[in-house]
Amino acid sequence: MAAVPGTVHDHDHEHAHHPTGIMRWVTTTNHKDIGTLYLWFSFAMFFVGGLLAFGIRAELFQPGLQFWQPEFFNQLTTMHGLIMVFGAIMPAFVGFANWQVPLMIGAPDMAFARMNNWSFWLLPPAAILLITSFFVPGGAPAAGWTLYAPLTVQMGPGMDLIIFAIHIMGASSIMGSINIITTLLNMRAPGMTLMKMPLFCWTWLITAYLLIAVMPVLAGAVTMTLTDRHFGTHFFNAAGGGDPVLFQHIFWFFGHPEVYIMILPAFGIVSEIIPAFARKPLFGYSSMVYATSSIAILSFIVWAHHMFTVGMPAAGQLFFMYATTLIAVPTGVKVFNWLATMWKGSMTFETPMLFSIGFIFVFSMGGFTGLILAIVPVDIQLHDTYYVVAHFHYVLVAGSLFAIFGGAYYWLPKWTGHMYDEKLGKLHFWLTLIFFNLTFFFMHFLGLAGMPRRIPDYSIQFADFNMVASIGAFGFGLTQLIFLWVVLKCIRGGAKAPASPWEGAHGLEWTVPSPAPYHTFETPPVVK
Amino acid sequence: MGRKCAAGAVLLLGASLAQARQLGLQAPESPIAQQIYDLHSLIFGICVVVFIAVFSVMFYSIFKHRKSLGAKPATFHENTTVEVIWTIVPFVILVSMAIPATRTVLAMKDTSEAEMTIKVTGYQWKWGYDYLKGEGEGISFYSNLTTPYAQIHNEAPKGPEYLLEVDNPLVVPVGKKIRVLTTANDVIHSFWVGALGFKQDAIPGFVRDTWFLAENPGVYRGQCVELCGKDHGFMPIVIHVMNDGDYKQWVAAKKKEIEASRIDPNKTYTLAELKAQGEKVYQSNCAACHQANGMGVPGAFPALSGSKVTTGPVADQIKLVLNGKPGTAMASFKQLSDIEIAAVVTYERNSWANKTGEVVQAADVKALRGATVALK
Repeated sequence: MAAVPGTVHDHDHEHAHHPTGIMRWVTTTNHKDIGTLYLWFSFAMFFVGGLLAFGIRAELFQPGLQFWQPEFFNQLTTMHGLIMVFGAIMPAFVGFANWQVPLMIGAPDMAFARMNNWSFWLLPPAAILLITSFFVPGGAPAAGWTLYAPLTVQMGPGMDLIIFAIHIMGASSIMGSINIITTLLNMRAPGMTLMKMPLFCWTWLITAYLLIAVMPVLAGAVTMTLTDRHFGTHFFNAAGGGDPVLFQHIFWFFGHPEVYIMILPAFGIVSEIIPAFARKPLFGYSSMVYATSSIAILSFIVWAHHMFTVGMPAAGQLFFMYATTLIAVPTGVKVFNWLATMWKGSMTFETPMLFSIGFIFVFSMGGFTGLILAIVPVDIQLHDTYYVVAHFHYVLVAGSLFAIFGGAYYWLPKWTGHMYDEKLGKLHFWLTLIFFNLTFFFMHFLGLAGMPRRIPDYSIQFADFNMVASIGAFGFGLTQLIFLWVVLKCIRGGAKAPASPWEGAHGLEWTVPSPAPYHTFETPPVVK
Repeated sequence: MGRKCAAGAVLLLGASLAQARQLGLQAPESPIAQQIYDLHSLIFGICVVVFIAVFSVMFYSIFKHRKSLGAKPATFHENTTVEVIWTIVPFVILVSMAIPATRTVLAMKDTSEAEMTIKVTGYQWKWGYDYLKGEGEGISFYSNLTTPYAQIHNEAPKGPEYLLEVDNPLVVPVGKKIRVLTTANDVIHSFWVGALGFKQDAIPGFVRDTWFLAENPGVYRGQCVELCGKDHGFMPIVIHVMNDGDYKQWVAAKKKEIEASRIDPNKTYTLAELKAQGEKVYQSNCAACHQANGMGVPGAFPALSGSKVTTGPVADQIKLVLNGKPGTAMASFKQLSDIEIAAVVTYERNSWANKTGEVVQAADVKALRGATVALK
């Protein structure tokens, strides 16, 4: 965001020949520009997905059908999920990686600068495919973001648009990951061994490997759906020798690592922020690295816990239950390490720290409900109910999104050269925290009492909690406009940020001026 | 949900909060549901204790170790003993959860020695029940939502069992182990009644099983829990659990009813007779998509009123109903009897804007069954 046209020419650098205006952004190979593009893209998609959530919660405000037909309601839930996962959360983390990875390891740019440009510019066409699916005959897909066969075979042409969008976004993610891995393994400043790398870089290194491993799996699953739809194959059709459950196995073999793809970089961001504001080194750095790796490895052997009700044998249920509960161990280690970092520190509570503490507190609740859901008999009661909706919003919103907000506040001074408005930042945090819980906390009770997910209308016993959730959701959505305002305000002006605005922050990114010049670390720094 | 019946009356009195405040799992009404309930209470309890312990530490630290109180930062950044302890202790806690959970998993999977077997078939969007074994063998019927259109569209006050009421509930005897086989006709559905402690996906082309044993007579309600298309939210499950005497009476009455409704397929019916019968079939099977007024939903489900299908060649329409239209939501309805299809086709060809005057007889349908068609 430092790289807004106009401001960039203030910095004195010798590469003044690059295009200006829109072509500057189309042709850029600069990691900071591309990071900015990713972040704005994901922010825009966050509001699109949020708008769909408004539609969902408006319909569920009261029992009965008020605004939408059931078919359109299903399109809203499906597209809300797809846009938030693939359009908002994942690109946001890639944006952070683009901005921060070279700055944190003392590299001049990403390893493959042109491919970096291409991985970003694949995303807008994918987003256009996602959104235009609403306007083709039959509308957007209404089979849920999990795209279970054979329901997907009944969908209209919107489904094909989504399949192509997933292919494109997958290609983008794979290229982005190759870039991040290559940069991290080859371009670290002299003296920065792997075990001296900032934790954010570690979590992204592991995330990038996960992405490369599973995005092709998802591409395979949706391609099979495509050929089942149009070319007479029967991968998921029992009448032709296929099996609908096969889709679920393939999807979740992607889907569970995907969950960690969306949370590991968040762990990394929080592990940068907590030590900075506790003014104390991160507790258990090496155990953090090992815990992250264990989580990533375990993520490949737990996928069927999303499918306990399909009727797998007892041995299968037990294996996936044991493996899933094991994840609680490394996750617990991480939480304990953060607490130990805070312990006997000298803490201050600026907005990044507030979001990080909020993250630990609320994400842990999502972790506990995850443990409860891992227990097969309990999961069989709660599967596909609002309890699950509550659970994954606790980890995805209170987890990933809170960390994204925290990270944005933490690095905004570096990106823009200005301090953000601390008062507004704190207001944004507290309203976000309150409305988040108002929206999702009561969904646990709805799920326990038996409200299925993905329904446009519900029996009257569920009315009160749904109304509360809807009010919370509207509040949550409107609160995010504050964040937009804070960011815009910070780009336009504000107190001048020093090179290192945070007293306790260490790391190479704080050794360059704020805003970070267009080109940094042209001669690598030396890390002792 | 046994108490839901009683609570329904309370609801009518306006005390809707009594139920809205349900915070935990539904009151268990079967041995498995009881085990799950206890398991959840145990694990939830452990989680709450751990949560409070861990976050008391965090909040203590937040309040004590702050710069504004003059706290000086310590410099430690590892401690092997502590790290080993907080790896092993959670592991031990997990094992203590896994042991009772394993026991329940094995009990839930044991469908042997059932006294009755019922096949449950998920359709878009209703349930079909076939009594395969045990008392009542041979009984077979469909179960459709009965909540009126007007209530769903806010044109009439909602009843106490809004969206949880059906025309033909599944009826079972109390205290008997009942094996449930699930399958589906079109897409994946999921058969769930929380108070009875089972949930099993119904997968097209495959048969899966689960079981339950209801301990008390009463009415238990649940819903389809796997997204199955447009009316996923409108295919509830209602189970009447009866004591032995009542159940025997129900079986006798149901068998009589089936006998009486067995229509002579060779008989020729009048237009009026077929239309009357056809309207019922239409409401249960077709109206969800094509709508009661035959206008469909633009962009999603075609109108039948004034359509080429319902006014064109009659044989094509019968074949369409029998075979469905691949790649669309139009499923095959070959599970309906010849007379039902004859009736519904007659109804569709003589309702709304359609005035063909044509009458379709069961024999016409029978002649076309199994005919291969290429529909575009």
